[in-house]
Amino acid sequence: MRTYLESVDTEWFNQRLIGVLVVVLAAFTVITVRLLYLQVFEGKELRRLSEINSIRLQDIDAPRGMIYDRNGTTLVDNRPSFDAYIILKDAKPLDRTLERLAVLLNEPSEDLETTLRSSKKRGGYTPVLLREDIGRDTMAAIEVHKYELPGVIVHVSPRRHYIHGAHASHLLGYMGEISQEELQCTPYEDCKGGDYVGKFGIEKAYESYLRGMRGGRQVEVNATGQVVRVLDTVMAEPGKNIYLTIDEKLQKRTESLMQGRAGAAVAMEPDTGRILAMVSSPSFDPNLFVIGMTRDQWSELISNPFRPLENKVTQAEYPPASTYKIVTAIAGLEEKVIDAETTFHCPGFYRYGNRVYRCWKRGGHGDVSLVKALTESCDVYFYQVGEALGVDTLARYAKAFGLGVPTGISLDREAEGLIPTKEWKLKRFRAPWQGGETLSIAIGQGFNLVTPLQMASLAATVGNGGRRYKPYMIEKIQSADGLIALHNSPIEVEGIAMHTETLSLVRQALWKVVNDPKGTAWQSHINGLPFSGKTGTAQVVSMPKRSDSSSEDKEALPKDHAWFVAYAPSENPKIAISVIIEHGEHGSSAAAPVASEMIKAYLGEDYLVSASSTQTHSISISEAAGHDD
Amino acid sequence: MMIDRRLVEYFDWWMLALTGAAAAIGLVALYSAVHAGGGTAQAGLFTRQLVWCGAGTAVMIIAFLINFKVYEHWGHLLYFLCIGLLIAVLLFGKYVGGSKRWLVMGPVSIQPSEMVKLAVIIMLAKYYARMVRTEGLHLRELVTPVIITAVPFVLIVRQPDLGTAMVVALIAASMTLYVKIERRLLIGLIASGTLAVPVVWSFLKGYQKQRILTFLNPDRDPLGAGYHIIQSKIAIGSGMLTGKGFLKGTQNSLDFLPEQHTDFIFSVLAEEWGLVGAALVILVFMLLITWGLQIAQRSRDPFGTIMAVGITVMIAWQVFINIGMVMGLMPVVGVTLPFVSYGGSSIITMMAGVGLLLNVSMRRFMFE
Repeated sequence: MRTYLESVDTEWFNQRLIGVLVVVLAAFTVITVRLLYLQVFEGKELRRLSEINSIRLQDIDAPRGMIYDRNGTTLVDNRPSFDAYIILKDAKPLDRTLERLAVLLNEPSEDLETTLRSSKKRGGYTPVLLREDIGRDTMAAIEVHKYELPGVIVHVSPRRHYIHGAHASHLLGYMGEISQEELQCTPYEDCKGGDYVGKFGIEKAYESYLRGMRGGRQVEVNATGQVVRVLDTVMAEPGKNIYLTIDEKLQKRTESLMQGRAGAAVAMEPDTGRILAMVSSPSFDPNLFVIGMTRDQWSELISNPFRPLENKVTQAEYPPASTYKIVTAIAGLEEKVIDAETTFHCPGFYRYGNRVYRCWKRGGHGDVSLVKALTESCDVYFYQVGEALGVDTLARYAKAFGLGVPTGISLDREAEGLIPTKEWKLKRFRAPWQGGETLSIAIGQGFNLVTPLQMASLAATVGNGGRRYKPYMIEKIQSADGLIALHNSPIEVEGIAMHTETLSLVRQALWKVVNDPKGTAWQSHINGLPFSGKTGTAQVVSMPKRSDSSSEDKEALPKDHAWFVAYAPSENPKIAISVIIEHGEHGSSAAAPVASEMIKAYLGEDYLVSASSTQTHSISISEAAGHDD
Repeated sequence: MMIDRRLVEYFDWWMLALTGAAAAIGLVALYSAVHAGGGTAQAGLFTRQLVWCGAGTAVMIIAFLINFKVYEHWGHLLYFLCIGLLIAVLLFGKYVGGSKRWLVMGPVSIQPSEMVKLAVIIMLAKYYARMVRTEGLHLRELVTPVIITAVPFVLIVRQPDLGTAMVVALIAASMTLYVKIERRLLIGLIASGTLAVPVVWSFLKGYQKQRILTFLNPDRDPLGAGYHIIQSKIAIGSGMLTGKGFLKGTQNSLDFLPEQHTDFIFSVLAEEWGLVGAALVILVFMLLITWGLQIAQRSRDPFGTIMAVGITVMIAWQVFINIGMVMGLMPVVGVTLPFVSYGGSSIITMMAGVGLLLNVSMRRFMFE
């Protein structure tokens, strides 16, 4: 207190207060003058503007990004959709307006009233959507009669258009109205209720690139709601365009090959990981999601036992069956359990403990070396390799090849698959691993589950000499003005280092599978275009638990799944393929011909012509040959 | 402690009456805004605001019963508590419309950035009360006040809530100018500040410049802030002399106004009550602020004086920024109209501020 009185006193403080008061008075004067200006000088004009609420906002929709294949062929674009809206406050008299509109739309006016009543937003000046996609002719008719239709407006909005219908639908995906949950999420923050957003496939995974930015217009309207003046415009920013790695021709060919079957086929470039074709069958038409489908169409889609809405390439899990023997062979060679000379005798079965594990060939294969075992798919040989390796060593190799591990492809809900280990079984079933289970695992049965994409990746890795690449299907993403937003390049994934001899031995065997008359896929070989592959026949069992019984247990009623994995040409492959046909019974008869035709479609021109052997082996893919796997 | 008879004698009924008037105006306006909304979500707002007013009154009573010298002594505790809450907001706050301003505590959400204003005022008043000198503050004596202000300022900017951060800075600047800065230093500060603007500008990224330009000029955003300001001006102007009448506002009733119960409440008032009503609101605030300055003038305690000035300028700045904003004179920022806008944190902070003013007013005799 003393120091305070010495330096400053109340008089000094009060003087300073006068300054504050002056500033406050000045500020309040500004406010008051502004108030007078708005309410007195501009009052009349602003009252007029308020009475018809004439300043409004209109949306300008951003066209969604297009999707192209690797050669620039358009797969998805947008078409104009004419939507009829009504602004209730402007539509007077309402019933007369609705009647006139109903005539033009060619439907009873009661239906329009029903739509109106069920509409959530009924605010006076908010346009209420009456009918979507009314067509160009009806739009023209409404425009001609617009003075008899107060409050009715036709809004043009871009609508998604899948040019080839069901073509590549699992990859491209589909769209749907934004859900309440999505509206709360960050990637959708500039969306409004009623917007359409990607729900599946690329449409969903790349939503933020494809969507673009909505623009708008500030307009002044007259008493009937017609725009008299555009006050300000913010242009919409179109979504970015996506270029896929897909080869549209191969995709189409594969689709026609898979027509009428349930299953999946996927092709990729072995030394990059680029997906060339991705087909899941049966398919669906994504356009139905845009224009709205009937109750029957929808229930057909969701109740179809062959699951058309699932992308079987990435979302379905199957036992790899004999295609898995590639892994068992490599693991055996690398772990020095076997070598090129090792032979086992196959009498048609293998005794383990007090159980008998059968080979698919009842009569047996006789003395079998590794190459023969792979070529003719001898089960007994691989039982013994598996037994020597143990389940955990096998699992290590399988995972190094990417089996039972998500590939990381940017499509949602990718299935992981399953490669069992002792530890896994203990955790999952609280039961110790049984030695006999290892035998089933070694031939790709048992708990083993993989996706077709993982198998294609395996074929690619073996084909290119041991390098595993992450599969991808987006080449680049480009904005409408040509700026590159994303450019993918091959990503090598860490795998397992293998000896050259190991791979060359396995590759030799896989070549024989197709090109040796005794090989399981001999019927599908192409003259002049040597390719390599491995067949598989996955048992369909209701419960995976039971699979430690004999691998030849064919009592189950549904037919087995047919597998084929391949790469072509055998040397310096340009394409790696995996095909599964659900209930196709045999890899050799159902799946291999599909892969063979895909190879011809993709490489045909380059190789067949140069090899000048035009007489290709004619294969009817629907014909089931008797050769077993 | 014995209650001094003079405490009752000196109670500032005018201050209380003016606060009551402002709060009553707020309730009338809120009734209109909620009435227009019509929806069930809005229906509870009025009752909630009544509850907040009650709670605010309780806080006000606490704020004036305890001798303000106690607040001076313990002010730093309040300050650190508020800083803690601001940090908590950044860590655990609730995202609403792209920013984190709320801390959810059971049934209520609080906005610590409102309360921190009072904490900053008390801290600065405490510091300046010891430092004040006729020739003004030196540069070295400004370091502490800058830190006191900068910490909450940065935390609020991070939310981001530019408006509230700006108010905190304006309060601190006003209080500092009030206690006087050395003339040479003041000129130096103004000059270097002016020079710094183009330098800082050149370091900003393109989108940051865009954001600042839009902030300063809402017309650059015709679909967002610009549109809201047009609608707000139409609402205010269309009220003309006598207004459209209670509950008869059309701009308000058709949801043309954003945040009609919080930031744009003045537009609702001006549309329904016209120039007569709007001028009355401005008059009430004018009286309230003058009265606050009067309390500062009568106090015989430097801390009391400086704190009273701080609280009064807080009210003045918010009134000016809010009303200026809805009339298109100011950037569009989320600054509430004291006592009138809907919102618990705002009401309680303002009521507590009034409680402190009453406190200073009532205890002025103690230093005579």
